[in-house]
Amino acid sequence: MQLVMGTNHDSKVVSVEEIRSLLKTVNDPEVPVLSILDLGIVRDIKADDDRVEIVITPTYSGCPAMDMIRMQIRAVLDQHGYTGVQITTVLSPAWTTEWMSQEGKDKLRAYGIAPPTPLQQVCHTQLFHREEAIQCPHCLSYHTTMISEFGSTACKALYRCEDCKEPFDYFKCH
Amino acid sequence: MPPLLQYTLHLADDALILGHRNSEWTGHGPILEQDIAISNIALDLIGQARNFYQYAAELANEGNSGSVTEDSLAYLRDGWDFRNILLVEQTNGDWAKTILRQFFFSAHQVDLYQQLMTGSDKTLSAIGAKAYKEVVYHLRWSSEWVIRLGDGTEESHTRMKKALDELWKFTGELYMPAPYEQWAAKAGVGPDLSHLRVRWEERVKEVFVEAGLSYPPAEWMQTGGKEGRHTEQLGYILAEMQFLQRAYPGCNW
Repeated sequence: MQLVMGTNHDSKVVSVEEIRSLLKTVNDPEVPVLSILDLGIVRDIKADDDRVEIVITPTYSGCPAMDMIRMQIRAVLDQHGYTGVQITTVLSPAWTTEWMSQEGKDKLRAYGIAPPTPLQQVCHTQLFHREEAIQCPHCLSYHTTMISEFGSTACKALYRCEDCKEPFDYFKCH
Repeated sequence: MPPLLQYTLHLADDALILGHRNSEWTGHGPILEQDIAISNIALDLIGQARNFYQYAAELANEGNSGSVTEDSLAYLRDGWDFRNILLVEQTNGDWAKTILRQFFFSAHQVDLYQQLMTGSDKTLSAIGAKAYKEVVYHLRWSSEWVIRLGDGTEESHTRMKKALDELWKFTGELYMPAPYEQWAAKAGVGPDLSHLRVRWEERVKEVFVEAGLSYPPAEWMQTGGKEGRHTEQLGYILAEMQFLQRAYPGCNW
């Protein structure tokens, strides 16, 4: 889609594709290997001739990174001539790890964080039962143990590999 | 004040006050992993509170000058304006008391939020859906700790029993509806508390059996928090939480 931004004196050509590729450069400040597109928190990019709106959704209710992400979106778009961009936060539908891209999951593993398992188990796990087979991102062993369901950020749990003995973060199902 | 606004503030205040209590553990947890866990739960609850306060501010500003913000609701109201239940404002005590307080509350919140999701208010339903998955983790974590301590050593069992003695009298308020909760149930915004109560008792009994704790008989229950009549504990929380905004209005960093 190619549109001309009416309010901009330089007649900035509004391109959703360009906006999308700019958003690819905005990373989650807490998991800097993931872009906000990998994470699946950009829900919509709306553009017409005099208005650009980016719709985002938080991962967790208390995610402290959201303010920083909003600032970064505004900054990168501003640098490329998109002024007065509106950033809207929506809560519904609620974010889920199912929205994380495959590329994002691969990047996480390469970075040393186990990506979420494809099966949604959060709402079904019984007491003292654990999600099955979280793979160690370092040695790829499945012989791993959970240390704590809560990790360094709201979206991660803490694990240990029983083979290579390394501790690692697991991006938990949500 | 319209009942929807009162109801939203009640949901916000419960989450904020318990979140604040839990945050008092940050840097003081029994071991690093559990310090992180309780701090994460605090973060979730304060995030939920913010979502409710933002909506409450929107409701409060309808048709007037619009000076209410999420911050003014959290930092500039007095104790009698807070509608949180007495349970969440109780002191942390030891780890057993903090855990049991969290368990009692999460066992309630999990069904409350699930019901909010299907309620007729679109914003409350979205906040509930977002928060539900977080509370599932809180409930599992606190259930496991109640079992671990109740069914642990003599020392941990004694502490859990003491916590139960101290906190049980505050659990009845969960299911004594305030007028705005009766309104919410009638309007289809929130759940009928008498239905939730059955589920809560089942959840608590199930965990107590595993933990080797006996389910207490019916006794006199303390109430009043939902309508602004609090224990002395709330005053101390607000004094600490609101000090900066009271002393330096509008202060930012």
